[in-house]
Amino acid sequence: MQGEQYLNPKRIPTIWCPGCGNGIVVHAMMTALDKLSVPSEDVIFVSGIGCSSRTATYAACDNIHTLHGRALPVATAIKLVRPDKKVIVMSGDGDSLAIGGNHLIHAARRNIDLTLIIFNNSIYGMTGGQVSPLTPSGKRGTTAPYGSIEEQFDTVKLLEGAGASYIARSGVSFFQPTVKYMKNAVSHNGFAVVEVITQCPIYYGRMNKHKSPAEMMQWQKENMVSLEKAEKMTEEERSSKILMGEFVCKEKPSYIEKRASMFKELCK
Amino acid sequence: MKKIKDIWQGAEACAYGAMKAGLDFFAGYPITPSTEIAEYLSAMMPKKGKTFIQMEDEIASIVALAGASMAGAKAMTSTSGPGYSLMQEGIGYACMVEAPLVVCNVMRGGPSTGLPTKVSQGDVMQSRWGTHGDHPAIAISPSSVQEMYSMTIEAFNLAEQYRTPVTLLTDETITHMREKIEIDPDKDPPLVRRLCPTCRENYLPYGTFVDDVPVIANLGDGYGTSVTGLSHHDDGFQTADYSISRALIERLSRKVEKHSKEIFDIEVWNEKASIMLVCYGITSRSVKALLARNKECGGGLDIGMVRLKTLFPIHEETLWNSLAHAKHIMVPELNLGQIVHEVKRIVGHQIPVSLISKTGGELINPDELCEEVVKINHAR
Ligand SMILES: Cc1ncc(C[n+]2csc(CCOP(=O)(O)OP(=O)(O)O)c2C)c(N)n1
Ligand code: SF4
Repeated sequence: MQGEQYLNPKRIPTIWCPGCGNGIVVHAMMTALDKLSVPSEDVIFVSGIGCSSRTATYAACDNIHTLHGRALPVATAIKLVRPDKKVIVMSGDGDSLAIGGNHLIHAARRNIDLTLIIFNNSIYGMTGGQVSPLTPSGKRGTTAPYGSIEEQFDTVKLLEGAGASYIARSGVSFFQPTVKYMKNAVSHNGFAVVEVITQCPIYYGRMNKHKSPAEMMQWQKENMVSLEKAEKMTEEERSSKILMGEFVCKEKPSYIEKRASMFKELCK
Repeated sequence: MKKIKDIWQGAEACAYGAMKAGLDFFAGYPITPSTEIAEYLSAMMPKKGKTFIQMEDEIASIVALAGASMAGAKAMTSTSGPGYSLMQEGIGYACMVEAPLVVCNVMRGGPSTGLPTKVSQGDVMQSRWGTHGDHPAIAISPSSVQEMYSMTIEAFNLAEQYRTPVTLLTDETITHMREKIEIDPDKDPPLVRRLCPTCRENYLPYGTFVDDVPVIANLGDGYGTSVTGLSHHDDGFQTADYSISRALIERLSRKVEKHSKEIFDIEVWNEKASIMLVCYGITSRSVKALLARNKECGGGLDIGMVRLKTLFPIHEETLWNSLAHAKHIMVPELNLGQIVHEVKRIVGHQIPVSLISKTGGELINPDELCEEVVKINHAR
């Protein structure tokens, strides 16, 4: 498997259920690192708590599995101490947008040089299927048995407003684009986020009448469209689709660069 | 560093002590009455190429410290009551992953937002049991601007030595007051730094111990260090195995408790007196004033003092020995009674122990102390 040198074989199999999309997201990241030829000693994986957050613990690189929602401030500090390393955060939608939502907008505002992968399975997997801030309005979770009456976040718009300098969205049914965005995110200077839509067949799937993991992946194929394709659609056609692609990719001074110039100025 | 003889604020002495101790990384969130410490450091640190960052809240601050620490930095934050409460989950995380770090908690009146600008000693038990689960705790209590300097260095040394969070438990008055300070760099204690492994072969982050303290490679050194707040094996991977989990939890507390004799530090005045006042922090200044006045007036009261420079861990035998001869023990505190229960537990079966309590944001003055002591003196 491409990129397997970044995985710790002693810790596999993972805890993930059969049909879970998490493995595909991780495979995409390891493939991206392999394509970029990043030595595993140069990578530090950071996670919070959740099914997806177990990713850090499966890495053969240095890794730290932190508290629910807190991966970003931990990663920020690690990057500040070791600016020479690639610091990659693997996080769930609850981890990064509910309990960790405050840290997310501030990491974006600071444009701190981190890569964040958001595993968007639209649910809290680890605790058994409660709704998350990315559960689409009307969909069910164990704590919203009649369907969620809340609006979900649009991660891309939220992050753009908060100042992230690289934002992409993909899905596990689109492996090659996912790898490409992850490569670009890891190479980016500043705060780079890739939201990957993935499936939790066990909770989200069951609660929302999806028959199988394969059907959930097929759903992505039918409902996600690239930015290029979307351009050719009418407003109405577009409104029912989930857009994917690179939404933001801009050059602006990163936190590490700004700190370096402040230090240079002061230590003259 | 040069010799210093000056009048300083407690906050300034703390910041200076942290720099002396080798502080690499500070993350914090403003809160009265601790903010001055952060402000001093925000000016000092960047000039030395050290990172000061104001985080979005105290939760972010404490976990940032844990991350920085596991990557090899000497890390510190300063906060007060509400912020200290928010930090508790992160402090437990630091205990579990064995991240050395220093939290300076400047006590103010609580509960809740309470009395932001007023003194208190209400967080003593929180510094011991604030986070959930069994865990080690080290808390030290300065009572002067001089000690805001020296104990900050000590806090870093203890954190590095035992790979655990250390609370510098100070208060509004000690932090804001200005008084004489003398620093002779030659007299500062030697600095302690955690041990790091030198060999990658067969490396396990929680597999090699010196005196129950693991020798962990810093994140970023590429040893394959793996860290989790879940119960874990010697390789840092999670486990729910009973015997491994039990051994881990026991070792975490043991690595500190077995050194409680060395860590526990007290200052004793008039050790043979029949009434002993057990005190700490700002309250000991009133006790000292009373003792000095008593001496000036010919020593009408047979009173002495045991000042706890360390609040946790308490070495019970040392405390017992310093109090065994007393006929009565009084514990003045700016709370409704916290350390008094520890004192009662340790000596209360033999010697009567009474609390002198004051809350609401004001100090116990020497006259009030004197009144309480005289009452006991008459009753005896
Ligand atoms: C402070 C705190 N609150 C709650 C929890 C319980 N908890 C663990 S994981 C989780 C949600 C996980 O959902 P998500 O982040 O979306 O990840 P997933 O499991 O779906 O991959 C929750 C609520 C916790 N560990 N810590
Ligand atoms: S509960 Fe859902 S998200 Fe968690 S491992 Fe199982 S399928 Fe994946």
